[in-house]
Amino acid sequence: MSATLELSGVHAGYGDFQALFGIGLRVEPGEAVGVVGPNGAGKTTLLRVISGLIRPTAGSLRFDGTDLAATPAHLLPSLGIAHVPENRRLFPHLTVEENLKVGAFSPAARAHFAERRDRVYDLFPRMKQRRHQLAGTLSGGEQQMCAIGRALMCAPRILLLDEPSAGLAPIVVKQVFDLVRRIREEGLTVLIVEQNVAQVLRVVDRAYVLETGRVAAEGRSADLVADPAIRRSYLGGH
Amino acid sequence: MDSFLLEALVNGILLGGVFALPALGLNLVFGVVDVVWLCYAELVMVGMYAVWFLYTQAGWPLWMAFAACLPVVSLLGLLLHLLVVRPLLASPPINQVLATGGVLFLLQGAMTLIFRTDFRSLGVDMPPMEVGEIFVSGTKLAAFCAALLGAALLWAFLKFTYVGTAIRAIARDREVMPLMGVDPQRIYLIASAVGGALAGLAACLLVVQLDVHPFVGLSFGPITFMICVMGGLGNMLGGFLAAFLMGIIVSVGGFWGSTEFSYVVAFGFFIVTIFARPRGLFAR
Repeated sequence: MSATLELSGVHAGYGDFQALFGIGLRVEPGEAVGVVGPNGAGKTTLLRVISGLIRPTAGSLRFDGTDLAATPAHLLPSLGIAHVPENRRLFPHLTVEENLKVGAFSPAARAHFAERRDRVYDLFPRMKQRRHQLAGTLSGGEQQMCAIGRALMCAPRILLLDEPSAGLAPIVVKQVFDLVRRIREEGLTVLIVEQNVAQVLRVVDRAYVLETGRVAAEGRSADLVADPAIRRSYLGGH
Repeated sequence: MDSFLLEALVNGILLGGVFALPALGLNLVFGVVDVVWLCYAELVMVGMYAVWFLYTQAGWPLWMAFAACLPVVSLLGLLLHLLVVRPLLASPPINQVLATGGVLFLLQGAMTLIFRTDFRSLGVDMPPMEVGEIFVSGTKLAAFCAALLGAALLWAFLKFTYVGTAIRAIARDREVMPLMGVDPQRIYLIASAVGGALAGLAACLLVVQLDVHPFVGLSFGPITFMICVMGGLGNMLGGFLAAFLMGIIVSVGGFWGSTEFSYVVAFGFFIVTIFARPRGLFAR
Protein backbone atom coordinates (compact mmCIF):
# COMPACT_ATOMS: atom_id res chain seq x y z
CA MET A 1 0.00 0.00 0.00
CA SER A 2 2.45 2.66 1.13
CA ALA A 3 5.81 3.38 -0.38
CA THR A 4 9.09 5.05 0.37
CA LEU A 5 9.95 8.46 -1.04
CA GLU A 6 13.67 8.92 -1.47
CA LEU A 7 15.57 11.95 -2.76
CA SER A 8 19.32 12.12 -3.15
CA GLY A 9 21.56 14.92 -4.39
CA VAL A 10 18.61 16.88 -5.85
CA HIS A 11 19.47 20.20 -7.49
CA ALA A 12 16.69 22.38 -8.88
CA GLY A 13 15.76 25.98 -9.63
CA TYR A 14 14.01 28.41 -11.93
CA GLY A 15 15.99 29.43 -15.01
CA ASP A 16 19.31 30.85 -13.85
CA PHE A 17 18.22 30.87 -10.23
CA GLN A 18 19.18 27.75 -8.31
CA ALA A 19 16.99 27.03 -5.27
CA LEU A 20 18.04 23.53 -4.16
CA PHE A 21 21.63 22.32 -3.77
CA GLY A 22 21.94 18.56 -3.35
CA ILE A 23 18.94 17.73 -1.17
CA GLY A 24 18.76 14.27 0.36
CA LEU A 25 15.52 13.23 2.03
CA ARG A 26 13.66 10.05 2.90
CA VAL A 27 10.07 9.44 3.96
CA GLU A 28 9.13 5.95 5.12
CA PRO A 29 5.62 4.50 4.75
CA GLY A 30 3.27 5.75 7.45
CA GLU A 31 5.64 8.49 8.60
CA ALA A 32 4.86 12.17 8.99
CA VAL A 33 7.87 14.29 8.11
CA GLY A 34 8.23 18.06 8.35
CA VAL A 35 10.36 20.46 6.35
CA VAL A 36 11.01 23.74 8.14
CA GLY A 37 13.24 26.71 7.54
CA PRO A 38 13.18 30.43 6.82
CA ASN A 39 11.51 32.11 3.84
CA GLY A 40 13.34 31.42 0.59
CA ALA A 41 15.07 28.31 1.93
CA GLY A 42 13.65 26.26 -0.95
CA LYS A 43 10.85 24.47 0.94
CA THR A 44 8.16 25.11 -1.69
CA THR A 45 10.60 24.30 -4.50
CA LEU A 46 11.29 20.98 -2.80
CA LEU A 47 7.61 19.99 -2.94
CA ARG A 48 7.25 21.27 -6.50
CA VAL A 49 10.16 19.15 -7.65
CA ILE A 50 8.67 16.04 -5.97
CA SER A 51 5.27 16.54 -7.65
CA GLY A 52 6.87 17.23 -11.04
CA LEU A 53 5.89 20.90 -11.44
CA ILE A 54 9.57 21.66 -11.93
CA ARG A 55 12.28 19.26 -13.01
CA PRO A 56 15.49 18.59 -11.08
CA THR A 57 18.71 19.62 -12.84
CA ALA A 58 20.60 16.84 -11.03
CA GLY A 59 20.03 14.08 -8.51
CA SER A 60 17.48 11.32 -8.19
CA LEU A 61 13.90 11.16 -6.91
CA ARG A 62 12.35 7.74 -6.39
CA PHE A 63 8.94 6.77 -5.10
CA ASP A 64 8.25 3.09 -4.59
CA GLY A 65 11.03 2.36 -7.07
CA THR A 66 9.66 4.68 -9.79
CA ASP A 67 11.96 7.40 -11.12
CA LEU A 68 9.86 10.55 -10.60
CA ALA A 69 12.07 12.77 -12.74
CA ALA A 70 11.29 10.58 -15.76
CA THR A 71 7.49 10.54 -15.19
CA PRO A 72 5.22 13.27 -16.63
CA ALA A 73 3.79 15.41 -13.81
CA HIS A 74 0.15 14.65 -14.63
CA LEU A 75 0.72 10.91 -14.09
CA LEU A 76 2.05 11.36 -10.54
CA PRO A 77 -1.40 11.57 -8.85
CA SER A 78 -2.16 8.11 -10.27
CA LEU A 79 1.07 6.87 -8.68
CA GLY A 80 -0.25 8.09 -5.33
CA ILE A 81 1.47 11.47 -4.96
CA ALA A 82 -0.91 14.27 -3.97
CA HIS A 83 0.28 17.84 -3.53
CA VAL A 84 -1.74 20.52 -1.74
CA PRO A 85 0.04 23.59 -3.12
CA GLU A 86 1.00 26.84 -1.45
CA ASN A 87 -2.06 29.15 -1.09
CA ARG A 88 -4.27 26.09 -1.70
CA ARG A 89 -4.97 27.07 -5.32
CA LEU A 90 -8.63 26.03 -5.27
CA PHE A 91 -10.76 26.83 -8.30
CA PRO A 92 -12.74 29.66 -6.70
CA HIS A 93 -15.43 29.77 -9.41
CA LEU A 94 -16.23 26.06 -9.08
CA THR A 95 -18.29 24.51 -6.29
CA VAL A 96 -16.71 22.41 -3.53
CA GLU A 97 -17.93 19.24 -5.23
CA GLU A 98 -16.64 20.37 -8.63
CA ASN A 99 -13.24 21.01 -7.06
CA LEU A 100 -13.30 17.42 -5.79
CA LYS A 101 -14.29 16.30 -9.28
CA VAL A 102 -11.27 18.00 -10.86
CA GLY A 103 -9.13 16.25 -8.22
CA ALA A 104 -10.53 12.93 -9.46
CA PHE A 105 -9.68 13.58 -13.11
CA SER A 106 -7.36 10.63 -13.72
CA PRO A 107 -9.22 7.62 -15.17
CA ALA A 108 -8.45 5.40 -12.16
CA ALA A 109 -9.89 8.02 -9.78
CA ARG A 110 -13.07 8.64 -11.82
CA ALA A 111 -14.20 5.06 -11.24
CA HIS A 112 -14.12 5.66 -7.47
CA PHE A 113 -15.44 9.23 -7.43
CA ALA A 114 -18.64 8.74 -5.38
CA GLU A 115 -16.98 6.51 -2.80
CA ARG A 116 -13.98 8.82 -2.26
CA ARG A 117 -16.13 11.95 -2.20
CA ASP A 118 -18.24 10.38 0.54
CA ARG A 119 -15.05 9.56 2.47
CA VAL A 120 -13.93 13.19 2.20
CA TYR A 121 -17.38 14.27 3.43
CA ASP A 122 -17.09 11.84 6.36
CA LEU A 123 -13.71 13.29 7.21
CA PHE A 124 -14.89 16.92 6.76
CA PRO A 125 -18.67 17.08 7.39
CA ARG A 126 -18.43 20.85 6.82
CA MET A 127 -17.57 20.17 3.18
CA LYS A 128 -20.74 18.14 2.77
CA GLN A 129 -22.80 21.09 4.02
CA ARG A 130 -21.00 23.39 1.60
CA ARG A 131 -20.85 20.99 -1.35
CA HIS A 132 -22.78 23.27 -3.75
CA GLN A 133 -21.12 26.49 -2.57
CA LEU A 134 -18.43 28.17 -4.69
CA ALA A 135 -14.99 27.40 -3.25
CA GLY A 136 -14.09 31.11 -3.40
CA THR A 137 -16.77 31.88 -0.80
CA LEU A 138 -15.38 29.46 1.83
CA SER A 139 -13.53 30.67 4.94
CA GLY A 140 -9.75 30.13 5.09
CA GLY A 141 -10.00 26.98 7.20
CA GLU A 142 -12.74 25.55 5.00
CA GLN A 143 -10.66 26.27 1.90
CA GLN A 144 -7.83 24.26 3.42
CA MET A 145 -10.26 21.37 4.06
CA CYS A 146 -11.45 21.60 0.47
CA ALA A 147 -7.88 21.62 -0.86
CA ILE A 148 -6.92 18.59 1.24
CA GLY A 149 -10.15 16.87 0.21
CA ARG A 150 -9.38 17.54 -3.44
CA ALA A 151 -5.91 16.00 -2.97
CA LEU A 152 -7.42 12.92 -1.27
CA MET A 153 -9.55 12.21 -4.37
CA CYS A 154 -6.61 10.46 -6.05
CA ALA A 155 -6.30 8.10 -3.04
CA PRO A 156 -2.73 9.21 -2.34
CA ARG A 157 -0.03 7.09 -0.77
CA ILE A 158 1.80 10.26 0.23
CA LEU A 159 0.32 13.70 0.84
CA LEU A 160 2.52 16.76 0.29
CA LEU A 161 1.26 19.79 2.23
CA ASP A 162 2.70 23.24 1.52
CA GLU A 163 2.20 25.72 4.38
CA PRO A 164 -1.31 24.59 5.32
CA SER A 165 -1.44 27.20 8.12
CA ALA A 166 -0.31 30.20 6.03
CA GLY A 167 -2.59 33.22 6.15
CA LEU A 168 -4.98 31.73 8.71
CA ALA A 169 -6.09 33.12 12.08
CA PRO A 170 -4.46 31.43 15.10
CA ILE A 171 -7.61 29.54 16.07
CA VAL A 172 -7.95 28.24 12.50
CA VAL A 173 -4.26 27.26 12.47
CA LYS A 174 -4.99 24.98 15.40
CA GLN A 175 -7.92 23.43 13.49
CA VAL A 176 -5.72 22.84 10.45
CA PHE A 177 -3.10 21.03 12.53
CA ASP A 178 -5.91 18.94 14.04
CA LEU A 179 -6.86 18.04 10.45
CA VAL A 180 -3.31 16.99 9.71
CA ARG A 181 -3.28 14.87 12.86
CA ARG A 182 -6.51 13.14 11.78
CA ILE A 183 -5.10 12.43 8.33
CA ARG A 184 -2.08 10.87 10.01
CA GLU A 185 -4.32 8.69 12.12
CA GLU A 186 -5.87 7.42 8.88
CA GLY A 187 -2.43 5.93 8.22
CA LEU A 188 -1.50 8.30 5.41
CA THR A 189 2.14 9.24 4.82
CA VAL A 190 2.59 13.01 5.07
CA LEU A 191 5.37 15.40 4.06
CA ILE A 192 4.57 18.86 5.35
CA VAL A 193 6.33 22.17 4.73
CA GLU A 194 5.74 24.82 7.40
CA GLN A 195 6.86 28.18 8.69
CA ASN A 196 5.06 27.45 11.94
CA VAL A 197 7.89 25.35 13.39
CA ALA A 198 6.57 24.99 16.93
CA GLN A 199 3.21 23.63 15.75
CA VAL A 200 4.53 21.34 13.04
CA LEU A 201 7.10 19.68 15.30
CA ARG A 202 4.21 18.55 17.51
CA VAL A 203 2.56 16.75 14.59
CA VAL A 204 5.46 15.10 12.73
CA ASP A 205 7.79 12.22 13.67
CA ARG A 206 10.86 13.72 12.05
CA ALA A 207 11.84 16.96 10.36
CA TYR A 208 14.43 18.46 8.04
CA VAL A 209 15.67 22.01 8.51
CA LEU A 210 16.32 23.70 5.16
CA GLU A 211 18.57 26.76 4.86
CA THR A 212 19.46 28.38 1.52
CA GLY A 213 18.59 25.23 -0.41
CA ARG A 214 20.58 22.80 1.73
CA VAL A 215 19.62 20.44 4.55
CA ALA A 216 21.09 22.20 7.62
CA ALA A 217 19.79 19.72 10.17
CA GLU A 218 17.52 16.73 10.47
CA GLY A 219 16.27 14.53 13.24
CA ARG A 220 13.40 13.34 15.37
CA SER A 221 10.98 16.07 16.40
CA ALA A 222 11.75 15.66 20.09
CA ASP A 223 15.50 16.00 19.45
CA LEU A 224 15.02 19.10 17.26
CA VAL A 225 12.82 20.75 19.88
CA ALA A 226 15.56 20.12 22.46
CA ASP A 227 18.36 21.43 20.22
CA PRO A 228 19.52 24.86 21.49
CA ALA A 229 20.42 26.13 17.99
CA ILE A 230 16.98 25.19 16.62
CA ARG A 231 15.28 26.71 19.65
CA ARG A 232 17.18 29.96 19.13
CA SER A 233 16.51 30.22 15.40
CA TYR A 234 12.99 28.85 15.07
CA LEU A 235 11.25 28.50 18.41
CA GLY A 236 11.67 31.98 19.81
CA GLY A 237 14.68 31.49 22.09
CA HIS A 238 14.65 30.32 25.77
CA MET B 1 -45.54 48.44 -30.10
CA ASP B 2 -45.17 49.00 -33.83
CA SER B 3 -45.31 45.57 -35.45
CA PHE B 4 -42.35 46.37 -37.73
CA LEU B 5 -40.24 47.31 -34.72
CA LEU B 6 -41.37 44.13 -32.99
CA GLU B 7 -40.37 42.18 -36.08
CA ALA B 8 -36.94 43.84 -36.04
CA LEU B 9 -36.57 42.96 -32.37
CA VAL B 10 -37.51 39.31 -32.95
CA ASN B 11 -35.12 39.13 -35.91
CA GLY B 12 -32.41 40.60 -33.69
CA ILE B 13 -32.89 37.86 -31.13
CA LEU B 14 -32.82 35.22 -33.88
CA LEU B 15 -29.64 36.78 -35.30
CA GLY B 16 -28.12 36.86 -31.79
CA GLY B 17 -28.56 33.10 -31.50
CA VAL B 18 -26.46 32.60 -34.62
CA PHE B 19 -23.78 35.08 -33.44
CA ALA B 20 -23.69 33.25 -30.10
CA LEU B 21 -22.18 30.03 -31.47
CA PRO B 22 -18.95 31.44 -32.93
CA ALA B 23 -18.67 33.70 -29.87
CA LEU B 24 -18.88 30.65 -27.59
CA GLY B 25 -16.32 28.76 -29.67
CA LEU B 26 -13.87 31.65 -29.76
CA ASN B 27 -14.24 32.25 -26.02
CA LEU B 28 -13.83 28.56 -25.25
CA VAL B 29 -10.54 28.35 -27.15
CA PHE B 30 -9.28 31.65 -25.77
CA GLY B 31 -10.24 30.76 -22.19
CA VAL B 32 -8.49 27.40 -22.31
CA VAL B 33 -5.54 27.83 -24.66
CA ASP B 34 -5.08 31.60 -24.12
CA VAL B 35 -4.71 32.16 -27.86
CA VAL B 36 -7.15 34.11 -30.07
CA TRP B 37 -8.04 32.27 -33.26
CA LEU B 38 -8.11 35.26 -35.59
CA CYS B 39 -9.17 32.93 -38.42
CA TYR B 40 -12.27 31.68 -36.60
CA ALA B 41 -14.76 33.12 -39.13
CA GLU B 42 -12.72 31.52 -41.91
CA LEU B 43 -13.12 28.10 -40.28
CA VAL B 44 -16.86 28.77 -40.47
CA MET B 45 -16.43 29.81 -44.11
CA VAL B 46 -14.69 26.51 -44.97
CA GLY B 47 -17.53 24.67 -43.23
CA MET B 48 -20.06 26.58 -45.34
CA TYR B 49 -18.20 25.52 -48.50
CA ALA B 50 -18.19 21.92 -47.23
CA VAL B 51 -21.99 21.93 -46.85
CA TRP B 52 -22.48 23.69 -50.19
CA PHE B 53 -20.17 21.26 -51.98
CA LEU B 54 -21.61 18.09 -50.47
CA TYR B 55 -25.21 19.19 -51.01
CA THR B 56 -25.16 20.85 -54.44
CA GLN B 57 -22.14 19.18 -56.09
CA ALA B 58 -21.87 15.72 -54.51
CA GLY B 59 -25.63 15.40 -54.22
CA TRP B 60 -25.74 14.39 -50.55
CA PRO B 61 -28.96 14.90 -48.60
CA LEU B 62 -28.81 18.19 -46.68
CA TRP B 63 -28.84 16.55 -43.25
CA MET B 64 -25.85 14.39 -44.21
CA ALA B 65 -23.94 17.42 -45.45
CA PHE B 66 -24.68 19.13 -42.10
CA ALA B 67 -23.65 16.03 -40.16
CA ALA B 68 -20.35 15.87 -42.08
CA CYS B 69 -19.63 19.57 -41.62
CA LEU B 70 -19.16 19.32 -37.85
CA PRO B 71 -16.38 16.69 -37.81
CA VAL B 72 -14.68 18.34 -40.82
CA VAL B 73 -14.39 21.75 -39.13
CA SER B 74 -13.61 20.09 -35.79
CA LEU B 75 -10.67 18.36 -37.47
CA LEU B 76 -9.64 21.70 -38.95
CA GLY B 77 -9.61 23.14 -35.40
CA LEU B 78 -7.40 20.27 -34.25
CA LEU B 79 -4.99 20.80 -37.13
CA LEU B 80 -4.88 24.54 -36.47
CA HIS B 81 -3.90 23.80 -32.88
CA LEU B 82 -1.33 21.12 -33.69
CA LEU B 83 0.34 22.85 -36.64
CA VAL B 84 0.10 26.56 -35.79
CA VAL B 85 -0.87 27.23 -32.17
CA ARG B 86 1.02 24.53 -30.26
CA PRO B 87 4.48 25.44 -31.66
CA LEU B 88 3.81 29.07 -30.64
CA LEU B 89 2.40 28.50 -27.13
CA ALA B 90 5.51 29.93 -25.49
CA SER B 91 5.81 32.81 -28.00
CA PRO B 92 4.65 36.39 -27.39
CA PRO B 93 0.88 36.89 -27.99
CA ILE B 94 1.57 39.11 -31.01
CA ASN B 95 3.24 36.18 -32.81
CA GLN B 96 0.24 33.97 -32.08
CA VAL B 97 -2.15 36.62 -33.42
CA LEU B 98 -0.03 37.10 -36.55
CA ALA B 99 0.14 33.34 -37.16
CA THR B 100 -3.62 32.73 -36.83
CA GLY B 101 -4.13 35.89 -38.90
CA GLY B 102 -1.90 34.30 -41.53
CA VAL B 103 -4.15 31.25 -41.53
CA LEU B 104 -7.10 33.61 -42.19
CA PHE B 105 -5.53 34.73 -45.48
CA LEU B 106 -4.37 31.20 -46.26
CA LEU B 107 -7.93 29.86 -46.00
CA GLN B 108 -9.36 32.77 -48.01
CA GLY B 109 -6.71 32.20 -50.69
CA ALA B 110 -7.18 28.43 -50.75
CA MET B 111 -10.96 28.73 -51.16
CA THR B 112 -10.51 31.36 -53.90
CA LEU B 113 -8.18 28.98 -55.76
CA ILE B 114 -10.56 26.03 -55.46
CA PHE B 115 -13.98 27.68 -55.84
CA ARG B 116 -13.10 31.13 -57.30
CA THR B 117 -14.87 34.20 -55.96
CA ASP B 118 -18.38 33.32 -57.17
CA PHE B 119 -21.22 33.63 -54.69
CA ARG B 120 -22.59 30.13 -54.06
CA SER B 121 -26.08 29.59 -52.76
CA LEU B 122 -27.58 26.49 -51.25
CA GLY B 123 -30.99 27.44 -52.64
CA VAL B 124 -32.98 26.11 -49.71
CA ASP B 125 -35.49 28.20 -47.84
CA MET B 126 -38.27 27.49 -45.44
CA PRO B 127 -41.59 29.34 -45.74
CA PRO B 128 -42.05 32.31 -43.41
CA MET B 129 -44.39 31.85 -40.51
CA GLU B 130 -46.99 34.29 -39.32
CA VAL B 131 -46.89 34.72 -35.56
CA GLY B 132 -49.53 37.14 -34.32
CA GLU B 133 -49.00 40.32 -36.34
CA ILE B 134 -45.47 39.62 -37.53
CA PHE B 135 -43.75 37.38 -40.05
CA VAL B 136 -40.79 35.27 -38.96
CA SER B 137 -38.46 33.56 -41.41
CA GLY B 138 -38.72 29.80 -40.94
CA THR B 139 -35.06 29.38 -41.85
CA LYS B 140 -33.95 31.91 -39.24
CA LEU B 141 -36.19 30.39 -36.59
CA ALA B 142 -34.82 26.89 -37.29
CA ALA B 143 -31.23 28.21 -37.20
CA PHE B 144 -31.96 29.97 -33.90
CA CYS B 145 -33.34 26.77 -32.33
CA ALA B 146 -30.34 24.77 -33.53
CA ALA B 147 -27.99 27.40 -32.11
CA LEU B 148 -29.71 27.27 -28.72
CA LEU B 149 -29.55 23.49 -28.77
CA GLY B 150 -25.81 23.66 -29.54
CA ALA B 151 -25.25 26.14 -26.72
CA ALA B 152 -27.22 23.94 -24.30
CA LEU B 153 -25.17 20.87 -25.27
CA LEU B 154 -21.96 22.84 -24.73
CA TRP B 155 -23.22 23.98 -21.31
CA ALA B 156 -24.06 20.41 -20.28
CA PHE B 157 -20.62 19.23 -21.47
CA LEU B 158 -18.84 21.93 -19.44
CA LYS B 159 -21.06 21.44 -16.39
CA PHE B 160 -21.36 17.69 -16.01
CA THR B 161 -18.36 15.91 -17.55
CA TYR B 162 -14.89 15.50 -16.05
CA VAL B 163 -13.26 17.03 -19.11
CA GLY B 164 -15.73 19.94 -19.12
CA THR B 165 -15.08 20.64 -15.43
CA ALA B 166 -11.34 20.52 -16.10
CA ILE B 167 -11.84 22.98 -18.99
CA ARG B 168 -13.54 25.45 -16.63
CA ALA B 169 -10.77 24.90 -14.09
CA ILE B 170 -7.86 25.32 -16.50
CA ALA B 171 -9.27 28.62 -17.72
CA ARG B 172 -8.54 29.97 -14.20
CA ASP B 173 -5.33 28.22 -13.16
CA ARG B 174 -3.32 26.27 -15.71
CA GLU B 175 -0.14 25.74 -13.70
CA VAL B 176 -1.78 23.69 -10.98
CA MET B 177 -3.56 21.29 -13.39
CA PRO B 178 -0.87 18.53 -13.48
CA LEU B 179 -1.39 18.14 -9.71
CA MET B 180 -4.97 17.14 -10.53
CA GLY B 181 -3.75 14.49 -12.96
CA VAL B 182 -4.66 16.68 -15.93
CA ASP B 183 -2.37 16.98 -18.94
CA PRO B 184 -2.98 20.58 -20.12
CA GLN B 185 -1.88 19.73 -23.68
CA ARG B 186 -4.68 17.18 -23.93
CA ILE B 187 -7.27 19.69 -22.68
CA TYR B 188 -6.00 22.21 -25.28
CA LEU B 189 -6.59 19.61 -28.01
CA ILE B 190 -10.10 18.82 -26.78
CA ALA B 191 -11.02 22.52 -26.51
CA SER B 192 -9.70 23.11 -30.06
CA ALA B 193 -11.79 20.23 -31.40
CA VAL B 194 -14.91 21.47 -29.61
CA GLY B 195 -14.21 25.05 -30.76
CA GLY B 196 -13.93 23.72 -34.32
CA ALA B 197 -17.18 21.76 -33.98
CA LEU B 198 -18.97 24.95 -32.85
CA ALA B 199 -17.62 26.73 -35.95
CA GLY B 200 -18.96 23.78 -37.97
CA LEU B 201 -22.42 24.12 -36.43
CA ALA B 202 -22.34 27.88 -37.05
CA ALA B 203 -21.45 27.12 -40.69
CA CYS B 204 -24.56 24.93 -41.05
CA LEU B 205 -26.78 27.71 -39.68
CA LEU B 206 -25.18 30.48 -41.75
CA VAL B 207 -25.02 28.66 -45.08
CA VAL B 208 -28.82 28.57 -45.25
CA GLN B 209 -28.95 32.36 -44.70
CA LEU B 210 -25.92 33.72 -46.57
CA ASP B 211 -24.32 33.01 -49.93
CA VAL B 212 -20.86 31.45 -49.62
CA HIS B 213 -17.78 33.16 -51.03
CA PRO B 214 -14.16 33.23 -49.82
CA PHE B 215 -14.65 36.54 -47.99
CA VAL B 216 -17.99 35.75 -46.33
CA GLY B 217 -16.15 35.58 -43.00
CA LEU B 218 -15.91 39.36 -43.07
CA SER B 219 -19.68 39.65 -42.71
CA PHE B 220 -19.75 37.98 -39.28
CA GLY B 221 -16.10 37.61 -38.17
CA PRO B 222 -15.49 41.17 -36.94
CA ILE B 223 -18.82 41.26 -35.13
CA THR B 224 -17.98 37.95 -33.43
CA PHE B 225 -14.76 39.44 -32.06
CA MET B 226 -16.65 42.53 -30.89
CA ILE B 227 -19.16 40.31 -29.10
CA CYS B 228 -16.38 38.37 -27.36
CA VAL B 229 -14.62 41.53 -26.22
CA MET B 230 -17.89 43.09 -25.08
CA GLY B 231 -18.80 39.98 -23.09
CA GLY B 232 -15.27 39.82 -21.67
CA LEU B 233 -12.76 37.62 -23.56
CA GLY B 234 -12.96 34.09 -22.21
CA ASN B 235 -16.27 34.78 -20.40
CA MET B 236 -18.65 32.30 -22.04
CA LEU B 237 -21.87 33.56 -20.46
CA GLY B 238 -20.89 37.18 -21.13
CA GLY B 239 -20.23 36.40 -24.79
CA PHE B 240 -23.52 34.52 -25.06
CA LEU B 241 -25.52 37.49 -23.71
CA ALA B 242 -23.53 40.05 -25.72
CA ALA B 243 -24.39 38.09 -28.89
CA PHE B 244 -28.09 38.76 -28.35
CA LEU B 245 -27.46 42.41 -27.51
CA MET B 246 -25.44 42.80 -30.71
CA GLY B 247 -28.07 40.94 -32.75
CA ILE B 248 -30.77 43.30 -31.50
CA ILE B 249 -28.64 46.41 -32.13
CA VAL B 250 -27.88 45.34 -35.69
CA SER B 251 -31.46 44.38 -36.44
CA VAL B 252 -33.21 47.35 -34.83
CA GLY B 253 -30.53 49.73 -36.17
CA GLY B 254 -31.30 48.35 -39.64
CA PHE B 255 -34.99 49.03 -39.03
CA TRP B 256 -34.35 52.76 -38.61
CA GLY B 257 -31.75 53.01 -41.32
CA SER B 258 -29.97 50.73 -43.74
CA THR B 259 -27.96 47.60 -42.98
CA GLU B 260 -24.77 49.67 -43.33
CA PHE B 261 -26.16 52.13 -40.80
CA SER B 262 -26.93 49.30 -38.39
CA TYR B 263 -23.26 48.23 -38.46
CA VAL B 264 -22.20 51.81 -37.77
CA VAL B 265 -24.46 51.80 -34.71
CA ALA B 266 -23.12 48.40 -33.61
CA PHE B 267 -19.45 49.41 -33.94
CA GLY B 268 -20.20 52.76 -32.27
CA PHE B 269 -21.78 50.94 -29.34
CA PHE B 270 -18.73 48.66 -29.21
CA ILE B 271 -16.30 51.58 -29.06
CA VAL B 272 -18.28 53.24 -26.27
CA THR B 273 -18.30 49.93 -24.38
CA ILE B 274 -14.55 49.61 -24.68
CA PHE B 275 -14.05 53.04 -23.16
CA ALA B 276 -16.67 52.63 -20.44
CA ARG B 277 -16.07 48.99 -19.51
CA PRO B 278 -12.72 47.85 -20.96
CA ARG B 279 -12.93 44.40 -19.34
CA GLY B 280 -16.34 43.66 -20.82
CA LEU B 281 -19.93 44.58 -20.10
CA PHE B 282 -20.33 41.88 -17.49
CA ALA B 283 -16.97 42.18 -15.67
CA ARG B 284 -17.32 42.37 -11.91
